[in-house]
Amino acid sequence: MENFSGNPEIAERFGDLHPPLTAQAAMAEANRCLNCFDAPCMGACPTHIDVPRFIGKIARENLRGSALTILDANVLGASCSRVCPVEVLCEGACVMHRYNKKPIEIARLQRFAMDAFHARGGALPRRTDEERPEKIACIGGGPASLACAAELRQRGFQATVLERRPLPGGLNTYGVAEYKLPARASLEEIELIRALGVDFRFETEIRTQADLEELEGEFDRIFLGVGLGAARRLGIPGDEHRDVVDALQFIAQYKTAHPPVVAKSVAVIGAGNTAIDAANAARRLGAEHVAILYRRSERDMSAFAFEYEHAKQEGVQFQWRVIPVRIHADAAGIRSLECAQARVNAAGVLEAVPGTAFHFDCQQILYAIGQSPLLELLSAVRGVELSHGRVVVDRATGLTSNPKYFAGGDCVNGGREVVDAVADGKRAGVAMALTFESFTTEGTESTEKDIQEHGYSNTVGF
Amino acid sequence: MGMQDKGKLGNHAPELAVNFAGIRSPNPFWLASAPPTNCGEQIMRAFDAGWGGAVWKTIGEPIVNVSSRYSSVDWNGQRMMGFNNIELISDRPLEVNLREIAEVKKRYPKHAVIASLMVESKREAWHTIVAQAEDAGADGLELNFGCPHGMSERGMGSAVGQVPEYTEMITAWVKEKARTPVIVKLTPNISDIRVIARAAKRGGADAVSAINTISSITGIDLDTLTPRPNVDGKSTHGGYCGPAVKPIALNMVQQVAADHPTTPKTGALGTPADAETAGLPISGIGGIATWKDAAEFILLGCGTVQVCTAAMHYGYRIVEDMIDGLTNWMGEKGYAGIEDFRGLVVPKVTEWKHLNLSYKIVAHIDEAKCIGCELCYVACWDGAHQCIHLDRVSGPVDGHDVSLHVRPAAVEAASRATIAVTPIPKLDGSANGNGATPLARIPRVDETECVGCNLCSLVCPVEDCITMVEVKTGAQAETWAERAGARECTTPQTGEAR
Repeated sequence: MENFSGNPEIAERFGDLHPPLTAQAAMAEANRCLNCFDAPCMGACPTHIDVPRFIGKIARENLRGSALTILDANVLGASCSRVCPVEVLCEGACVMHRYNKKPIEIARLQRFAMDAFHARGGALPRRTDEERPEKIACIGGGPASLACAAELRQRGFQATVLERRPLPGGLNTYGVAEYKLPARASLEEIELIRALGVDFRFETEIRTQADLEELEGEFDRIFLGVGLGAARRLGIPGDEHRDVVDALQFIAQYKTAHPPVVAKSVAVIGAGNTAIDAANAARRLGAEHVAILYRRSERDMSAFAFEYEHAKQEGVQFQWRVIPVRIHADAAGIRSLECAQARVNAAGVLEAVPGTAFHFDCQQILYAIGQSPLLELLSAVRGVELSHGRVVVDRATGLTSNPKYFAGGDCVNGGREVVDAVADGKRAGVAMALTFESFTTEGTESTEKDIQEHGYSNTVGF
Repeated sequence: MGMQDKGKLGNHAPELAVNFAGIRSPNPFWLASAPPTNCGEQIMRAFDAGWGGAVWKTIGEPIVNVSSRYSSVDWNGQRMMGFNNIELISDRPLEVNLREIAEVKKRYPKHAVIASLMVESKREAWHTIVAQAEDAGADGLELNFGCPHGMSERGMGSAVGQVPEYTEMITAWVKEKARTPVIVKLTPNISDIRVIARAAKRGGADAVSAINTISSITGIDLDTLTPRPNVDGKSTHGGYCGPAVKPIALNMVQQVAADHPTTPKTGALGTPADAETAGLPISGIGGIATWKDAAEFILLGCGTVQVCTAAMHYGYRIVEDMIDGLTNWMGEKGYAGIEDFRGLVVPKVTEWKHLNLSYKIVAHIDEAKCIGCELCYVACWDGAHQCIHLDRVSGPVDGHDVSLHVRPAAVEAASRATIAVTPIPKLDGSANGNGATPLARIPRVDETECVGCNLCSLVCPVEDCITMVEVKTGAQAETWAERAGARECTTPQTGEAR
């Protein structure tokens, strides 16, 4: 992963959406923070970063202390500062809202502290010098596994991350819009976890029960941070055309491989945050006309309000209550997407309104209508209970119904944010460490109690 | 001055002109003797900007300066909360300064030009410089007995101002010769400023100005381990000024203004009863940057105010709002001139023993304004009297035992233990802080335990959210002096009441 270098053309087309703060701007912003007691921003953050503390350290020119405060709670603090939907998290909870004032720019301050840490070649600290023999495998190289592996390694355990792709980071590297988080920045951050001594095995896919049995033999505990499975297909005639593309693959390609050729007119199906990232990317890669088509109304979209606003600024158009019906193509490629107006019938089910068919002219279709669970793998894990395709865990510990397995991230929550995955991974890492530390006396049953007693956030050691 | 409401004065705008110890000035705003008054060209631009007077950068002994000369203390991202200099008096030839004083007075006859003077402590030297300054046309003289750096090592500046006998002697020498009013500039680097003020008065001073800069080391560069300001790896004790010193200056100004013959002496000062300084005109100096600062100095007795740091920070233009703001405030208050409010607050500063022990206030939190920062809660627990609680939801705990209440560490631990997730708008609704403050985050004051210390209202970032409300105790006003006096009467065997 050290030899990955981004494409300069992509870097130019996908400049920072929120440019970094200069030192003096950071200082001024940091000094606006009221330093609330038991701050609501900290409570709203899934990883409970001590926001007033790290901001105060910026104000007092203790940048190393600031970054370590962030990393203590969230080992992916750098990428979270760029990708978190802070409008509904820390910045949304800022008391300044009730004061007719702009909330503190927590994300940009966090990025400032983390950029300074990386620029000075900062390393992740260990929580102990002790080396422990226990081995833990983290399946999947995304944020949940990375947080889990880092937490365990910091406590002296032997952690290994197994990733099916050639680069680590999961969606952080492959799936986040480049103007928010460049793949290079994601990899830089993960390099610190590797330097901590976490072992990475790339292009290693765990699929079958046999694969799992082999892992169970080699490792004492296994963390499932596998995320979600394949993108749901449109399921309409013509959707097997090569220019009907999974939006996540489209994003991964422009971020880490050759930039895709983008058609003049692109239709994006779905109205979640991935759909918006793909639509914006299509615009920035040169598409003249990009429209998001969604079956329901504006207020039903799952994208965040600020993402919707951003897409409009990028020139993306929106068509509401539209159902794709059929893709028309000829030898030259896709000609149009046939659609119909949608309505909710008396039974509460969406249906096409007869006689409303129309053709949306486009040469490329990106679909982002959700991902299926990784059922093939998850159902192969013996003794791990699933519910609606999600792994059932104890929330405070990530413990599954099989005491050897813990889980977190999208495969547990169905698909939330990077910061939620980090919180899950860390909680599981802490809990696993405690099972080993109390293993000889009480076994795994003590986990929950220990967690409550020790608290989730480990604030000792720095 | 625009369209401001003329207030109680009807159509008559308040008059700012002053006569300070015989020196007339179109307004009380003077530039202090410092870099902003270094030369005639500067002072004429300052007068054009609106300044009523200027105390010329001290003239006298020839000197050389070093570089650098200034350093500052920044606070919470704001520049120059405190300012420090190691610059000496004017380094321009005396004859050039004198020629420019004459030029300025010729062009600006109605503005006050005061010559600040400092020469070695010889009668002849002082007589000469006084004559030179007055011949050039200065409206008054300010004797620089305050400069705390450099000059003091050579027996001048604060070396004079720290010894009452020298102050009296040199003031008297100056008064032998002077035809214009003589202002003695006081140093704060002394245990009781009244001692020097009295000495100046005995020497015949027509007025005093206070305060000069405070001896200081502003800080150390933590990379190079060099104190600031850096002069080739070393520094020296400088003179501190700017907003940070205003409370010290106000205190000293009030002490001089309230120094009545009846004021009990502290220690063995033993000054003659006729030398007290109440009534002696004072030109206030020290951290003045706004019309409000100026109003405060005038309320404590000052006839003019002198400004340096703020003009160095923002330029001469700051005087526009000093004039405008003071005029508007005077109009609202119904003051026709400076003398209408000068000194009004001097008698309201008293000794502690004359404060009313029966007066009781308690903190009141306006729930509608509270933003839930909980700074008052932690301040009261860690810095005051443990009487602000987070129990509006959990229910007030009866009794006054603080151990029954949740302590700060437990509050934080509970928050850390919660599991928070990113809300998905469609599924979870919005978690935005735009709504009302949750009741659980609005602290409650236990009024029976509140001692009325003010701390919570001082830390609260929201204006008028925490107010201090008077509680009528029904008890009669009583001071410590009265209480101790009464005890003395009933117990004749006790001696002096502390």
